[in-house]
Amino acid sequence: MKIPLVYNVRSVLQRPVSTALTALGIALVVAVFIGMLALASGFRTALVRTGSDRNVLVLRRGADSELSSGLSRETASILAASPHVATGADGHPLVSPEVYVLIPLPKIFDTTQVANVVARGVSDRAWTVRSNVRVVAGRKPESGRSEICVGQRIVPRFPHTGIGETLRFAGRDWGVVCHFAAGGSAFESEIWGENEQFMPVFRGQVFQSITMRLSDPGAFDEAKRSLETDKRMTVDVHRESDFYVQQSQLLGRLLRVLAFLITGIMAIGAVFGAVNTMYAAVASRAPEIGVLLTLGFHPRSVLASFLLESAIIAAAGGAAGCLFALPINGIVTSTTNWASFSEIAFSFRVTPGLLLTGLVFAVVMGVLGGFFPARRAARVPVVQAIR
Amino acid sequence: MALVQIRDVYKTFQRDTQRIDVFTGLSLDVAQGSFTALMGPSGSGKSTLLNLIAGLDRPTSGTVRVAGADVHAMSAAQLAAWRARHIGFVFQQLNLLPVLTAYQNVELPLLLTRLSKQERAERVRVALGVVALDDRIHHYPRQLSGGQEQRVAIARAIVADPTLILLDEPTGQLDAKSSQEVLTLLQRLNSEFGKTVVIVTHDAHAADKAKTVLHLEKGALIERAAVGA
Ligand SMILES: Nc1ncnc2c1ncn2[C@@H]1O[C@H](COP(=O)(O)OP(=O)(O)OP(=O)(O)O)[C@@H](O)[C@H]1O
Ligand SMILES: [Mg+2]
Repeated sequence: MKIPLVYNVRSVLQRPVSTALTALGIALVVAVFIGMLALASGFRTALVRTGSDRNVLVLRRGADSELSSGLSRETASILAASPHVATGADGHPLVSPEVYVLIPLPKIFDTTQVANVVARGVSDRAWTVRSNVRVVAGRKPESGRSEICVGQRIVPRFPHTGIGETLRFAGRDWGVVCHFAAGGSAFESEIWGENEQFMPVFRGQVFQSITMRLSDPGAFDEAKRSLETDKRMTVDVHRESDFYVQQSQLLGRLLRVLAFLITGIMAIGAVFGAVNTMYAAVASRAPEIGVLLTLGFHPRSVLASFLLESAIIAAAGGAAGCLFALPINGIVTSTTNWASFSEIAFSFRVTPGLLLTGLVFAVVMGVLGGFFPARRAARVPVVQAIR
Repeated sequence: MALVQIRDVYKTFQRDTQRIDVFTGLSLDVAQGSFTALMGPSGSGKSTLLNLIAGLDRPTSGTVRVAGADVHAMSAAQLAAWRARHIGFVFQQLNLLPVLTAYQNVELPLLLTRLSKQERAERVRVALGVVALDDRIHHYPRQLSGGQEQRVAIARAIVADPTLILLDEPTGQLDAKSSQEVLTLLQRLNSEFGKTVVIVTHDAHAADKAKTVLHLEKGALIERAAVGA
């Protein structure tokens, strides 16, 4: 870098308004870019956190979601007897045969709007098998009673979910006895009750899935092979973590594609803003460029200098965009997960990596927008510029 | 061998249908250590000649050799490096970068050398001392008078110790006193430091200080030795 940076910095400060406007355009693009990717990242993270790699999820063969699966009580007892299943402190196998249904619930802000919420009927073991699940208020539902525990992300979004209140679904009243957290995972968007209570009111004597803790997580392949080849049942065995990551992919990818598409279109506008500003800068500073070239600065140095100037403006805009985007970190939103058709609430995740990506994106916009003006600067005809 | 050798140079400007032949077979030598004043009516081609010597413009045909190099046979990169080493140029106006201080402006040519920061500082101080602006080192161009600005430009033209100093009406915008200062300075640079100087001027006083006066008349040269010195 031969032409001193101070020349660019002071020149930029000489035209604060046009610089600020250009930077602002880039800032908006970066803010939207980070915002949309924070949404995608939050959604993905919620599902990634849901599954544990120590657990396996068993579905009926060919079922691609819990909703389309069905397993008999007999299958449940075969699985519970498998040597691959870990045993709890009480000596019982860590297996949770579960009922999984979607129930339509009106939303709290607009009761005409209905969202499908997951109602999961679990065995008492589920609270141990899912080690990230923990009751944060109240007490666990008692066996044999119409009691439910509500995921904490649901509570503020749907009415009648407070402890002591009664929620009505499937033709019955259910007493809310606790709220639970699950490390920000998708479980926090579910309502849990006892499987034996949910079975009769929903789909009869079938479970939708069976989740169990592996005695040796490293032996997943072996467990999968032995269970899937067991002639007494027809099941698919998934590692729980993989299953939920898989679920995040369809919508996760779409969100990312949308983020790039929308910000890509916006970026074109911002880049043209930079092009405009830099052309104006080159035009008004032609005599200065003529002087630099006369002093013996290489045209390439002039090009680099103006590119750098554009990149500096863009980086400032990028930094502002990061600041605009930061406050959305942690804000909870919800969407329908297309892989399960259920409502899932999650929080925006603005990560350091995302901020860095936003900054790099800004600089790329600056360099793109600065290129043609910088090339014009490098080609300024000295004689005309000085006249 | 002369420092500057101009041989059979043609220079034609084509603007729309209008064709302006500035030089038709101009030849000229400028000796090492000379102080040449270039005079002539407006439009006679004085600036064009200076631009050709500095490699800022190309002749339509003919050769310009400066310090042994064929100026117009060089690539853009070679030309830039050559100019940084051999040429100090002062324009009539708009010489200084307005956002840089006098010091930073004068330092610019040194950024193209391998000198250390301290060595550069030393050279800048000396150059600004020569033009008697020691006390304006950290002033911006807009805080300087026209004469002071031109002196900063001259300091910048000499700071890298070029082979040849070219000045295109450096005193054109200055009052009599300021232009006298600048001319005295150039004379000192020539006599004390042995710098080769070519100055374009309309000012008869300026021409008096030069050792050689060249008159350009419609692209042709009329040479005359100066009276005083
Ligand atoms: N870029 C150009 N395009 C067209 N014509 C030009 C160009 N540059 C110079 N000329 C013409 O060439 C001739 C010589 O111009 P030049 O600038 O060298 O004159 P000069 O002797 O320096 O005049 P002045 O004393 O007014 O500065 C003029 O007729 C001018 O109009
Ligand atoms: Mg002229």
